[in-house]
Amino acid sequence: MDVKRSKPLLLALGALLSGGLIIVLARSEESPPTPEKTKDAQPKDKPKDKEDASQKKENPPEQKEGQAAQTNQAKEESAPGDVIAVAPPPFTPGIFPCSGCHDEREPNPTPRQLKKRHKEIVLKHGDPDRWCTDCHTLNNIDKLHLANGKLVDFTESYKLCGQCHGERLRDWKAGEHGKRTGSWDGKKEYLLCATCHNPHSPKFQPLKPLPPPKRPRER
Amino acid sequence: MEKERLPAAPPAAAPLPAAKAEKSRREWLRDFLALGAAGLLLPGCEALEKNPALQAFFQKHFQEMSKEELREVLARLEKQYTEQYGQPVSVKATPPKEGVSFAYALDISRCIGCRRCVYGCVAENNQSRTPQVHWISVLEMDKEKGVDLDESDIYYEAETVPRPGKFYMPVACHHCNKAPCVKVCPVHATWQEQDGIVVIDYDWCIGCRCCMSACPYGARRFNWGKPAVPSEEFNPEIDYLGNRPRPKGVVEKCCFCVQRVRQGKYPKCVEVCPVGARKFGNLLDPKSEVRYILENKRVFILKEELKTLPRFYYYFGI
Repeated sequence: MDVKRSKPLLLALGALLSGGLIIVLARSEESPPTPEKTKDAQPKDKPKDKEDASQKKENPPEQKEGQAAQTNQAKEESAPGDVIAVAPPPFTPGIFPCSGCHDEREPNPTPRQLKKRHKEIVLKHGDPDRWCTDCHTLNNIDKLHLANGKLVDFTESYKLCGQCHGERLRDWKAGEHGKRTGSWDGKKEYLLCATCHNPHSPKFQPLKPLPPPKRPRER
Repeated sequence: MEKERLPAAPPAAAPLPAAKAEKSRREWLRDFLALGAAGLLLPGCEALEKNPALQAFFQKHFQEMSKEELREVLARLEKQYTEQYGQPVSVKATPPKEGVSFAYALDISRCIGCRRCVYGCVAENNQSRTPQVHWISVLEMDKEKGVDLDESDIYYEAETVPRPGKFYMPVACHHCNKAPCVKVCPVHATWQEQDGIVVIDYDWCIGCRCCMSACPYGARRFNWGKPAVPSEEFNPEIDYLGNRPRPKGVVEKCCFCVQRVRQGKYPKCVEVCPVGARKFGNLLDPKSEVRYILENKRVFILKEELKTLPRFYYYFGI
């Protein structure tokens, strides 16, 4: 009787087991490469590791040199005067080259209130006696000039700003001052001082904030 | 005739045959169940391969998936999201890079509280629009009182910022090295990756919100309702541990834009900040911005006394 009663049970068990086996087999067919590979790879890798280790012991000076070379390159990249990925200077469209208009007229070095062109420019930058030719060059209007008279392109205007704002320039070169885009791991993009600060009135302009978050009951 | 018939007829009506009939019913039931179980199991394998709902149900914890399994899961999610949002979606699970340990620095002397970061983050990380979920909270505080969280306001409204006499302090996940949220999670649905990012497996989270009560920075958000992101605003560049669509009833938070930073890009909030107050980089790279800031600026850690060892530093750039 017992045997007879247990027959269906056994059947069911058999079915379950076979089902389970099929699943296990199906899975093992899919996944075996990983464990097998690791098993195979381990003994092979061990001597390799040793070799690697010995190589590493021999190699470190080279690696360090390589790293040093890399850092040197990076240093050169971010050094002033060398290539820094920057957005173009923020000119009003169509205004550059300045010589397009300025070549036609005689330069007038006298400080005065401008009445026709560049009326919109408000000089609010430090010393109230500041005048255009403090930064722009009278006889070479497409360039800026440093205090020592050296001419500077608009793309390198940070050199001019850095004459007074040396600390900012240092922080900017290190990526602390100003926005950085591009890649944290590779080529980093800088913006010029003038991209964010209007050079004639450099104080950062207030912005309208985006809407506040909804209060919990309004969400 | 009757006598001949009788012996044949009684077996059907007799007590013994009745018992036999009961037994056969049990047997039939057992056989039926056994066959049913076998029948379910045998095609079960096929169903598991084809039915996305079943696959999702049997999906493993992210860290326990083999490469093959992960690839299948990512392919399934890609297909699902592509259908759901009507545009090609790429779902990745980029592993952390060797020799990288992320850190974040925020200049509270420059932040003007414009909330560009909040909404940049919402767009990048597919946060729910209704109900509203924001990963970043910008706190407005009084300059006179200093960093005083009790006096801070996140609902400030103004024509222009910064308002006189106020300063602003955005707060999001600090990616603590000793993260209380990771410690309390009963199902290990949140953990810290090798590069320092504290991530969540949204499919493993059970929504118990222990992590939310454990986090001292209030950085975690719960999806009380079904998150809704309009298809036209959906960001199709997705990482499994980052900005993929979340289901209702799970916790989410800042992931350092894992989908961007593991591809070498800066987090979105860094890119959208109009004043350049947000800095991000690799702590192990001596030339990174964050290293320069930690070495040269006045840095402070919010709630340092809790010893959660955050990777998020506030500093005074000016």
